[in-house]
Amino acid sequence: MAANNNNNNLINELVEKYGRDRTSLMPILQGVVEQNNFISDLNMTEIAKELDLSAAQVFGTATFYSFLDTIPRGRFVIRVCKTITCDMHGKKMIIQTLENLLKIKVGETTQDKKFTLLETNCLGWCHKGPSLLINNDVYSELTAEKVHELIAEYMHK
Amino acid sequence: MSEILKRVDLIFGEYSDQKYKTLEKTIKRPNDDIIKDILDSGLRGRGGAGFPTAMKWKFTMEQPGDEKYVVCNADEGEPGTFKDREILTQVPRKVFAGMAICGKVIGAKKGYMYLRGEYRFMLPELLKEIDVFNTNAQELDIDFTIEIRMGSGAYICGEESALFESMEGKRGEPRNKPPYPTVSGYLSKPTVINNVETFVNVLMICRIGPVQYKKLGTRDSRGSKVFSVSGDTPIAGIYELELGMPLEKFVEEFGDGDTKAVQVGGASGFCVPRKKFKDTIIGFEGVPTGGSMMIFNSSRSMYNVLHNYLDFFEEESCGQCTPCRVGCQQLRKGIEAVKRGDKPITYLEQLMKLSETMKITAKCGLGQSVANSFSSIVNNFKEEMIY
Ligand SMILES: Cc1cc2nc3c(=O)[nH]c(=O)nc-3n(C[C@H](O)[C@H](O)[C@H](O)COP(=O)(O)O)c2cc1C
Ligand code: SF4
Ligand code: FES
Repeated sequence: MAANNNNNNLINELVEKYGRDRTSLMPILQGVVEQNNFISDLNMTEIAKELDLSAAQVFGTATFYSFLDTIPRGRFVIRVCKTITCDMHGKKMIIQTLENLLKIKVGETTQDKKFTLLETNCLGWCHKGPSLLINNDVYSELTAEKVHELIAEYMHK
Repeated sequence: MSEILKRVDLIFGEYSDQKYKTLEKTIKRPNDDIIKDILDSGLRGRGGAGFPTAMKWKFTMEQPGDEKYVVCNADEGEPGTFKDREILTQVPRKVFAGMAICGKVIGAKKGYMYLRGEYRFMLPELLKEIDVFNTNAQELDIDFTIEIRMGSGAYICGEESALFESMEGKRGEPRNKPPYPTVSGYLSKPTVINNVETFVNVLMICRIGPVQYKKLGTRDSRGSKVFSVSGDTPIAGIYELELGMPLEKFVEEFGDGDTKAVQVGGASGFCVPRKKFKDTIIGFEGVPTGGSMMIFNSSRSMYNVLHNYLDFFEEESCGQCTPCRVGCQQLRKGIEAVKRGDKPITYLEQLMKLSETMKITAKCGLGQSVANSFSSIVNNFKEEMIY
């Protein structure tokens, strides 16, 4: 997946799909993350060339957004909501459970590059907290037991 | 539900019997009539700031040029808010029809919906609905198409000018105002930007008329509002209620019997302590809210609540202006120091002054509104900040 060749193909594909205007930059960067889980320096220079921007401009935009990762992430990025309602409803225990199961700390990626564990701000599921995202999918009303089942399920994906 | 908390079924009510019927009827009416109806209805924006919707549309309509835009703000990042997601899940057609009416009134051919990255899972369904809309618009001979743009996890992009910057492929850093979006919005063209719920309200005003609509709510807060209720409540969820109700009634209905405080309007809103429930009205005449209602019972530490909010602001500040970038951090460090005993109690006064300074010097609504929760929590729960 990391071969340069493939990445160039991906950028080409995205540029063909969204266009070469600066307004296409966000959709292109989002497309790279969907595919690779992060945007490499090489990707950024490639996109800059295609859109006739400076690499600094692309870097500036990419690094502003918390979901546009610019360092390698696991195949499944787990983002646990740490805002107040989820915090009140047991977010700490959810994090502990995940850290024990995955044997990593918040901010780290498992050795096999399968999981990254992160925290994030309010996901819009406060009435069903604690909640988390795995890539684009939401899981709410979490308990330690549910987290066990969830991770077991994703281990097999 | 008690009598005073009237449940309403306007926003989530059923579609009309025929697809896009209200839209079809409305586009045949003169623009000035539509604006007049919205003005008469008293509708104010549902995104938080409460600007009169009719005025926003009128200013944009009066701008010269034929390149204008309609933008639907679906960034919904305020802690404790989740009602726009529900609206977009249950009644997306009402949102699109509202946007199309706006397009006709102001003379825009293109509408965008800016959806927060956290809601990407909704994309497939929404895209299907947009296809339905675009096909229907074509059949009705309406020259207006809608597209979705995604955010990528930045609360500040809900601020309108930061949202435009993001759509333009830039960092989501708010612009100086004026110029306002009505003059210079997306791609520096005249733009109407409204909250998801605001567009639905417009559609419903066009369907039932301003007279019927005005029967809901109070003089200063017309219509219904979708509330996101969370925290210490046995019935957390989404409720459509009339505006202008006393907070006391709200707490009776939603609290767990031990409610100590309600944070109205999210982290950037106000904290109301128990002793003020009676005299507080939820609406533009009292405490305004974009819909977020977070309930805290007496087991909660208000220090932790404030600390959590300050963490949020510190992280979500775009960092562009000093009062906010440094201020958020200093406020957090400040309450930590008081808690540890490293700073005297009087230091809290200094911190409140700092938050007031941020209110008048920060560049955008994020930095300007930190003082809302800061002062209202520190003033009402001083002991909890210290011990
Ligand atoms: C930091 C910040 C975040 C905001 N987030 C949102 C949001 O998520 N959704 C929204 O509709 N308005 C949000 N707003 C308000 C918008 O800037 C704008 O006023 C609103 O979209 C206008 O729509 P309305 O008139 O229909 O309320 C935010 C404002 C600020 C300062
Ligand atoms: S107030 Fe905060 S979020 Fe707004 S422009 Fe200044 S630094 Fe950015
Ligand atoms: S506080 Fe966690 S989803 Fe809102």
